[in-house]
Amino acid sequence: MQTAVQRPPAHIALPDAGPLAVALNDISISFAVPGRPVFKAVAPTSLHVREGEFVSIVGPTGCGKSTLLNATAGLLRPAGGTVTVFGERLEGLNAKAGYLFQQDALMPWKTALDNVAIALEVGGTRREEARAQAKEWLRKVGLARFVDRYPHELSGGQRKRVGLAQVLVRGPKILLMDEPFGPLDAQTRQIMGTLLLNLWAQDRKAVMFVTHDLEEAIALSDRVVIMSAGPEARIIGDFPIDLARPRDTADIRLDPRFHELYRDIWNQLKAEVVKTYGEETP
Amino acid sequence: MHPVRLLFLQFLVALAVIGIWQIGSTVEIGGDYLLPEFFFSTPVEVGKRVWQMFASGMIWKHLSITLTETVLAFFIGSAGGVVFGFWFARKPVVAAVFDPYVKMANALPRVVLAPIFMLWLGLGIWSKVALGVTLVFFIVFFNVYQGVKEVSPVVLANARMMGMNERQLFRSVYWPSALSWMFSSLHTAVGFALVGAVVGEYLGSAAGLGYLIHQAEGVFDVTGVFAGMFILAAFVLVIDWGVSGIERRLLVWRPQPAADHG
Repeated sequence: MQTAVQRPPAHIALPDAGPLAVALNDISISFAVPGRPVFKAVAPTSLHVREGEFVSIVGPTGCGKSTLLNATAGLLRPAGGTVTVFGERLEGLNAKAGYLFQQDALMPWKTALDNVAIALEVGGTRREEARAQAKEWLRKVGLARFVDRYPHELSGGQRKRVGLAQVLVRGPKILLMDEPFGPLDAQTRQIMGTLLLNLWAQDRKAVMFVTHDLEEAIALSDRVVIMSAGPEARIIGDFPIDLARPRDTADIRLDPRFHELYRDIWNQLKAEVVKTYGEETP
Repeated sequence: MHPVRLLFLQFLVALAVIGIWQIGSTVEIGGDYLLPEFFFSTPVEVGKRVWQMFASGMIWKHLSITLTETVLAFFIGSAGGVVFGFWFARKPVVAAVFDPYVKMANALPRVVLAPIFMLWLGLGIWSKVALGVTLVFFIVFFNVYQGVKEVSPVVLANARMMGMNERQLFRSVYWPSALSWMFSSLHTAVGFALVGAVVGEYLGSAAGLGYLIHQAEGVFDVTGVFAGMFILAAFVLVIDWGVSGIERRLLVWRPQPAADHG
């Protein structure tokens, strides 16, 4: 038994115009597994992110949220549709984007400092200069005392902070985050969320933040986008979050408006979550 | 366990083995020796012989020859293994084409190559080095291949997003990853380099520890054989310590099993 989901419009209308940082136009993504029919992960769907906008993508597990980010990063070629970055069609990797991965992506053989500095050295920055900037960024994420530690000597939360510094030190125009705080405990997640918002407020990059935690999404974002359950997942809801900034990710959860928004979005998301798990129960 | 206690127990094992050996070979039990001296020599005799070898200085020449062969075999074999390991890992087509031949060459017991190398390279050190190289090469080759293949895809994607080109990826990602795998096999590789050298000497040479043991065996000089074995074992231990030291210095970034980092 399936609840009839209304077919969404092909394009989700933008609340107000502004220069687009990322435009995913009718993109579809498929995976070919030998010996099986092609798996259509994402059905043709569109998403526009304006400059300086913090957009969260929420959906049930395995619905292709990360796939959407990978397509924006240029790590994955969509089967159909186009990816446009600041008005230009994306070919190859997205040089304007920084990507904070869900899993640990630090080089285990480099110290925290070198992990951050290498991001600049790759672009041709002199070593001394790169290290000075890396040190400054590690200070900003609260790791001034841990610059010489190797990743295995840091806690999960500290590694995420290094990852954040590594991404931000390059000054990307677009920030892609794939459940970056997923493996952390609840308290650390909130602290990291507040840290992220503070850093983001300084220069307001366009952010695409993937999460399965609706509360986190509302607390951080300007807009929350809902994806349907896969396969052929697509965007089925788009909610502007009109909570005042600056926000504290812990305090904001006590705001009555927060609860209203949560209820509205959850009502729509629930159907999709049930659908995913409904198919798995025997 | 307390280190002093551990050391004491380890010492006790050696004492027991040497004690049984000494008693078995010198004390008559029921009209017969448990370990006849002709076949087993005695620890005291072996000790004397080892002392003699060092006192007269004759052992240094043989040790240095064996060491030279080991070191050469190790470095040449490792260099080859690294180059081919990288090449095969980065070029799957090459790996696929050569796969059956690599497997075949690796399956071959390398000792049978010794006579061929002797014919080609003579009785000097190079035939032993060649034998050691064939042993070391495959160990390093397979480890480097694995190391490059098993680079975490997330670390790789992250490095690409930083804008690394192929050369930078090699330097900052593939190379350190392969190196850590290679080092995990370093003890084995050094051990095999030594095996190549000693077996080569044993089968035909004019110097080296293998030669010494072979000479002693030829004249039923069991004391000489045991003395040679003892020196060989001590030699391997010293090399192994050296390797451990290098490993500790180069792989500082690895998690230590002990509670060093608190």
